[in-house]
Amino acid sequence: MHMPDPDKTVLSRRTEIIAALRRIVPGEGVIAEEEELRAYECDGLTAYRQLPMIVVLPETTAQVSEILKYCHGEGIKIVPRGAGTSLSGGALPLEDGITLGLGKFNRILDIDYDNRCVTAQPGVTNLAITTAVAGDGFYYAPDPSSQIACSIGGNVAENSGGVHCLKYGLTANNLLGVEMVLMDGEVVRLGGKYLDSGGYDLMGIVTGSEGLLGVITEVTVRILRSPSTARALLIGFPSSESAGDCVAAIIGAGIIPGGMEMMDKPAIHAAEAFVNAGYPMDAEALLIVELDGPEVEVDELIQRVDMIARENTAQSVRISSSEDERNNFWAGRKAAFPAVGRISPDYYCMDGTIPRHRLSDVLTRMTELSEQYGLRVANVFHAGDGNLHPLILYDANTPGELDKAEEFGAEILKLCVEVGGVLTGEHGVGVEKRDLMGEMFTETDLKQQQRVKCAFDPTQQLNPGKVFPTLHRCAELGRVHIHEGQTRFPDIPRF
Amino acid sequence: MSEKFTPQTPKETCEIISDALAAETPIEIFGSGSRRLIGRPLETEYALSTSALKGVNLYEPDELVLRAGSGTPMSQLRMQLDQHGQMLAFEPPDYGPLVGTPADSGSLGGVIAGNLAGPRRIKAGAARDHFLGVDAVSGRGELFKSGGRVVKNVTGYDLCKLMAGSWGTLGVMTDITVKVLPAPEKTRTVLAACVDATTAVSAMTAALSSPHEVSAAAWVPQNIALRSAVSYVSGAGTALVALRVEGIGTSVDARCASLRDELSAFGDVDELHSHNSEAFWEEIRDVRFFADDGGGSSLWRISVPPADAPNLLDGLHKDIDLEAFLDWGGGLIWVRVAQMQDAGSYVIHRTMGGTSGHATLIRGNVYQRTREPVFHPEPVPVARLTRKIKEAFDPKGILNPGRMYEGV
Ligand SMILES: Cc1cc2nc3c(=O)[nH]c(=O)nc-3n(C[C@H](O)[C@H](O)[C@H](O)COP(=O)(O)OP(=O)(O)OC[C@H]3O[C@@H](n4cnc5c(N)ncnc54)[C@H](O)[C@@H]3O)c2cc1C
Repeated sequence: MHMPDPDKTVLSRRTEIIAALRRIVPGEGVIAEEEELRAYECDGLTAYRQLPMIVVLPETTAQVSEILKYCHGEGIKIVPRGAGTSLSGGALPLEDGITLGLGKFNRILDIDYDNRCVTAQPGVTNLAITTAVAGDGFYYAPDPSSQIACSIGGNVAENSGGVHCLKYGLTANNLLGVEMVLMDGEVVRLGGKYLDSGGYDLMGIVTGSEGLLGVITEVTVRILRSPSTARALLIGFPSSESAGDCVAAIIGAGIIPGGMEMMDKPAIHAAEAFVNAGYPMDAEALLIVELDGPEVEVDELIQRVDMIARENTAQSVRISSSEDERNNFWAGRKAAFPAVGRISPDYYCMDGTIPRHRLSDVLTRMTELSEQYGLRVANVFHAGDGNLHPLILYDANTPGELDKAEEFGAEILKLCVEVGGVLTGEHGVGVEKRDLMGEMFTETDLKQQQRVKCAFDPTQQLNPGKVFPTLHRCAELGRVHIHEGQTRFPDIPRF
Repeated sequence: MSEKFTPQTPKETCEIISDALAAETPIEIFGSGSRRLIGRPLETEYALSTSALKGVNLYEPDELVLRAGSGTPMSQLRMQLDQHGQMLAFEPPDYGPLVGTPADSGSLGGVIAGNLAGPRRIKAGAARDHFLGVDAVSGRGELFKSGGRVVKNVTGYDLCKLMAGSWGTLGVMTDITVKVLPAPEKTRTVLAACVDATTAVSAMTAALSSPHEVSAAAWVPQNIALRSAVSYVSGAGTALVALRVEGIGTSVDARCASLRDELSAFGDVDELHSHNSEAFWEEIRDVRFFADDGGGSSLWRISVPPADAPNLLDGLHKDIDLEAFLDWGGGLIWVRVAQMQDAGSYVIHRTMGGTSGHATLIRGNVYQRTREPVFHPEPVPVARLTRKIKEAFDPKGILNPGRMYEGV
């Protein structure tokens, strides 16, 4: 993975830069010892590692602004970092860059039930927001599996999803406002406790921008009243095709479940061995369908889904009759990643999205690829919205196996695009999928995205080397190319 | 009258914009023209209508996705969705009649370009939240795409978010992909007498904080309720809070019963069933109560934190002659200002000074739309970003120049 060439002058000035940062963030907020820097050398994509030049942990927006202003003036690169759980290397440090950690921004600032929202600092974990309001019967809907660890700022930067986003939307659909600091130190507020933007939806473009547009220092999200009931069905199928048909039939019947997750046989077996959730071991595919809402509604929809499942050749159907049982259904799915981690020394988690009706084609092709590469693969799948998480099993200690796993992964993602899907459904591009962007976008598409980057960060010092395969200078991107041979505006003199 | 181009294909759209760029000549971009009178007035010699870029070219009900040319009439889309029991869940409103254009003449592109949304906004999101992918021609004369046809997608920047609500100032959208959802089996509305805005917002807050999944919450004062075509509303003889409940039959019945119980603390309750419920929410969605401009009245759409609405309304009532009703549980205030030279702009912005939110002048005469901020003034650093975004898409300022802000 080629990263931007380190700036030798910046590296040679390290001591001076540390001193300058210590003047802004006193005490232990500036980390410069190699031993301590180790903790920041990678994010959740552990195959890529790089020691940052320096780590700084500011505590106030004013400090963030000072740091950025200083770095802007000195030409120093910045990598924002939340909890470091990104699976695409978005928070991967740069050799000549400062990793700006938001870990000390860990307070919930305001719980406002009248306006049904919570304002939090970006380092607060996703789950902590729900925990803060759960006692009053509310929750924050997007629930990435990493929710005990990942930060709300990181969620905004990645536009994270979760098992409930089929019905309740991604981060972008639940976000009301942000405060952020631009690379030149300017503090801007976008949105607030009200809906929609009066002008351009700048908050919308910042959501999912992977730390390339600004450092988020405050987040306001909508909270919802918790549903009065939730029940789940655990359905075993003789083939992933019939499971896919069942998903289509449920949605075709006008039912949008709170969650709808699929696992294939290798994933079922790994999960069962890990948590003993009572999954049907003879099933080729397993579907967990959760219905939530008023009790009468849930009871009725459970019956309807049960019928649809049987019409679609379900081998086994279990319906949860208690919270314990429902949680048990989920236990295996939620532990799927670590469970796969137990049956293989390493695994590589992919994240493409496909149009759902192409599922069986994609799975068949994936089986062929698995044989071709000689690597096993287990699939967990946000079935309702077509977001596929193939887990490629490999052993990093076997020479060449990581490379093989990455190649295999790239093939899968290309396949997703080929069938009408996309490279990443929720984990982001980061460094991992950066060089695959050309599979989905033309040079024109990518340049238009980069011009947006230039509007926010014209010197391109924020998280460079991520998302875009080729770096262009903003001046070059801004140039207008006129096509000669005008015909339709003949009477207008040209300048 | 300007010369009008009606490109038949995205490629032709691209050629026209390239020509305009080469000539550095501004060009008005519109769809069907139903919202042409919203925004700051444009004086361009040329115009481009997307009306020929029409037709649904992909609709997969099981996948909840639809792609269509941006000029596709909303009426046609609705028909196709109806056949499959589906809908655009953000309840696209029709503001045509508010500004003197025929009802139901809007296009998909117009709805998206204005990021419009009806009463279900509070539960289902706005146009932006259902906008999955776009093909568009930038002011650089380049055809670009963003997004895709799947809901879960974080590949690259989501330029759809910028296109939604940019009123044709960033690009000419040629193809639009949206998420569609099943239409509810049943709809019902609980009405409760609530004389003043403060009580009304409390009642709506209670309902929206309940587990009853209220999908719309509005308050109409008595004089406005009188104009409703729904007799239960016009004949109620009081100001009303209305709460909509949708879903499967048994669930709707149960939730309505609970809501009636809980609301009786606020005032007398009643219920609207299917047809009446639909008719009433269309009136709210399309702001029909204010369709008549009553001889030069202007119309504002104000989005605020719901809890701030009563105070803001009080403040406005003190200084201007107006009528208002609330949607979005108080978060959206529709204000009709009786004839005033500045459309009430000064007082509205001054009174909003203390709160966050934004006011948009939906109906105003040419003078008002030229002199007053039609779109809410942005703080300096945000305005700077807005300009830079405009430059990123349209460096020569040829697409709907100045429609939102001067120089943008
Ligand atoms: C076991 C596991 C399960 C996961 N499950 C899911 C899942 O179900 N759904 C899902 O969507 N994701 C999932 N993820 C991915 C990851 O948790 C999310 O992407 C998460 O939002 C990252 O948050 P973070 O705080 O760890 O961010 P980091 O990893 O620290 O950073 C991620 C990116 O955001 C930027 N960033 C972070 N904070 C800020 C800020 N304050 N301002 C500006 N930029 C910032 C960084 O520069 C980086 O580019 C999972 C990860 C793991 C390890």
